[in-house]
Amino acid sequence: MVATSSSVGSGAAGAAIFADSESRKYRYFEPRAKRATHYEDVTVDVQPDPERYLIQDWIISFPDGRGAYEKNFTKAQSSNWHAFRAPDQEWERTHYQRQSRIEVMVQAVIANGRKSGAQMAFDAAWGKTLQKHLGAWKHVEFGLGCALMQAQRGGYTQMINNATLTNSSYKLRLSQDITLYLAEIGMDIAGWDDEAGKTTWLEDPMWQGTRLAVETIMGTEDYLEQYFAINLVFEPLVGELFRSGFLMQFGAANNDFMTPSVIAAAEGDYERNLANTIDLIWLLANDEAFGAQNRALFQSWVIKHAALADKAAKQLQPIWSKPHSKPVSFEEARAVSEERFAKILGELNLSR
Amino acid sequence: MSTLTLNKITAQKGISVADATRKCADLGWNPSYVQEAMTYPSDYKITKAPRDPMKQVLRSYFSMQEEKDNRVYGALDAALRGDMFRNVEPRWVEWMKLFLAIIPFPEISAARSMAMVSRLAPGEELRTGFTMQMVDEFRHSTIQMNLKKWYMENYIDPAGFDITEEAFGKCYATTIGRQFGEGFITGDAMTSACMYLTVVAETAFTNTLFVAMPSEAARNGDYALPTVFLSVQSDESRHIGNGHSLMMAALKEPENHLLIERDMKYAFWQNHAIVDAAIGTFIEYGTTDRDKNKESYAEMWHRWVYEDYYRTYMLPMEKYGIKIHHDDVTLAWERITKKNYVHKIGQFFAVGWPVNFWRIEAQTEKDFEWFEHKYPGWYAEFGDFWKWYAKLSKPGQKVITFNEEVGYVYPHRCWSSLVPCVIREDMVVGELNGQLHTFAHEIDRWTAVEAFADEFQGRPTPAMGRFSGKREWETLYDGVDLADAIVDLNFVRSDGKTLIPQPHLRFDDKDMWTLDHVRGHTLGSPLNALRGMDEATRKAHLADYAKGFTINPCN
Repeated sequence: MVATSSSVGSGAAGAAIFADSESRKYRYFEPRAKRATHYEDVTVDVQPDPERYLIQDWIISFPDGRGAYEKNFTKAQSSNWHAFRAPDQEWERTHYQRQSRIEVMVQAVIANGRKSGAQMAFDAAWGKTLQKHLGAWKHVEFGLGCALMQAQRGGYTQMINNATLTNSSYKLRLSQDITLYLAEIGMDIAGWDDEAGKTTWLEDPMWQGTRLAVETIMGTEDYLEQYFAINLVFEPLVGELFRSGFLMQFGAANNDFMTPSVIAAAEGDYERNLANTIDLIWLLANDEAFGAQNRALFQSWVIKHAALADKAAKQLQPIWSKPHSKPVSFEEARAVSEERFAKILGELNLSR
Repeated sequence: MSTLTLNKITAQKGISVADATRKCADLGWNPSYVQEAMTYPSDYKITKAPRDPMKQVLRSYFSMQEEKDNRVYGALDAALRGDMFRNVEPRWVEWMKLFLAIIPFPEISAARSMAMVSRLAPGEELRTGFTMQMVDEFRHSTIQMNLKKWYMENYIDPAGFDITEEAFGKCYATTIGRQFGEGFITGDAMTSACMYLTVVAETAFTNTLFVAMPSEAARNGDYALPTVFLSVQSDESRHIGNGHSLMMAALKEPENHLLIERDMKYAFWQNHAIVDAAIGTFIEYGTTDRDKNKESYAEMWHRWVYEDYYRTYMLPMEKYGIKIHHDDVTLAWERITKKNYVHKIGQFFAVGWPVNFWRIEAQTEKDFEWFEHKYPGWYAEFGDFWKWYAKLSKPGQKVITFNEEVGYVYPHRCWSSLVPCVIREDMVVGELNGQLHTFAHEIDRWTAVEAFADEFQGRPTPAMGRFSGKREWETLYDGVDLADAIVDLNFVRSDGKTLIPQPHLRFDDKDMWTLDHVRGHTLGSPLNALRGMDEATRKAHLADYAKGFTINPCN
């Protein structure tokens, strides 16, 4: 078949030479480096705005006159909201590849662990700890995932919102991974109460500080404050403290190789989300026009959310005493967490 | 004796799908320390928890999607190895410059809209569904951007693809796509993110978008678009389930019924106006395949929208006490079959070619025969127009937009759908905020004036959105020379003179229009002109407009 609607009998690149016949790069945005990355090509400017190409402005508004996306959806300001590029360069294909691999890994760990009877070898106190406290933690991940789903609507650019969206996806995946992990090992452990986690989350005094911190983030209207509070404050002070400082440290010592493997994926998720958030906040904190006021704003967010996270962390302390084998003390885990938090704040020239 | 298999040796009891779904739905709780912010309010009140119709958890979702992706990207590689572009029809690919400029924004808007619906109803059964839809839409948006990049890298004329998202924000045709996409994310959360997006756009119209159009692509040697878009469409059933479930929860409250009726009417009519204009044109005018045995767009519309959606989705809502606007469905059908809606839009796009960013080729005798077969009477109304278009496609001719010899009269723009008022006798004029506006149909006037207001039939609707911005594109270039407008739009190739749009498929510099060929014509705003008329002149103008125009014979 010959292309009948073409004057040159082909629709292929190079079949004819004419003006712009070799214009084979998107030329409406400035790449961060010399050449645009694949992530930039499929991400930049897909969400337009009146500064970048919407010559008719927003054509539908909310009843108060705000358009679909407005800069004042956050209190932070920027002289160039379009500058941010997510360091993890995530787009749909890489996202599914990563999420899918994690799910395959998690399911293999659980299936093989159960086949070998690993869950039956758990120290009894550890099993109860997982039932209650890992069971409670799944709600933390879920709440943060829901907050991020809300936040991914608010950013002024596609780059900000897509990074928030994938963060939400990671959190909600983890919440379900934990839920199904506990349900499956619970099938093999006599007397397992799969409802205990939610009861603990809602009622146990140890978890009420964490619930207050999470609900505060969920109730915040400022999308950037949600993103900031989750990745720069809550995660180092509570999230990593509990996941790395407790679950991953205590698992092996209590005859459990499965839980650290299931949770390990979340630590990998967090490294990416942390890098994305630091990069975005660094840009805003060092903005030529608005850097000083942004830093003051961020400082206020640190104070607000760190106070809640500190309270949450301290209330979790008794959990470190529950298992029989205690390879790490709460104080040691907390010191690591504090150090991590200090490093994050240091990157951004913020302080406690 | 039964056979021993590895599966039997290694099998272990797992959690059932129903149990997994139930446990994941139980992750939510009612916050008691701090209430969730209702950042995106709605006038609907939903007190019953919607049910999850899909029963899928993320564990199986991600691997399923990865597998779908592997097939898509494998097929794209295979298409290149098979030299697809050597045989592709440029007439078709040119229209993809418009389609793929528009569609990634509505897709990602749909992802954003999940933030709006997820807090509307109690319970968290649908959260997994919303999560999957959010990630699906992220998939659709970036997979479509990737497809467009792939066309740009491999198709004979990349111009237009290379400015795609800039063009989306500026073009007089993409403005209708912005109305579509913004409609998903702005205003009343239930109206926009559930009724307009999932209940109507996704349930009724994605079949024409993502199934009918890929079929036509394949007929034109383009195997990439079907590969990507059928994969996209395979995600839609989940989204349709989300929308239906949330609407059914809303239906349980009688006070929501009036709003459901309003939104079904608005959303159906506007989706018809926008999707049929765009997709109808792509399918009917972007193809070179004139097999008389294939379905026309009208026939496909009857199958997908009338039979599938109207008869099996909308009609059953009557048993819940919802008034269905049967007449609107009939009107839409008649606009397509009797009033030549799609053909008039195709004609409009062609008239405005200099302010496009893709090439539009003239229809030929072979096309005429097919059109006449499928739409009897077509040739009498449109035959001469396309002959004129072909004749005036050579640089140096007077551009068709301003060529009085042709007899075409540039249309008014509908303030509601932003599609031009091409069915001239249906245009109505109405007042909004003390100013005159033009509407393609009485239902469009109703949409802008009555539905998008702070009160509907005596009921306060404080969350409802408003139409805003510089909605009539022509206003932006009122009184501006055509060449200057094209420069301002940046629809010029990088030599600084050759236009990105061309009214033909001749890939040779000597045949291509430049700024000099279009200079000397002044663009005008029909709306500004109408507002500037005295009452008698306006009345006469509107009467004349309703009569339509006659294309002069082209010899």
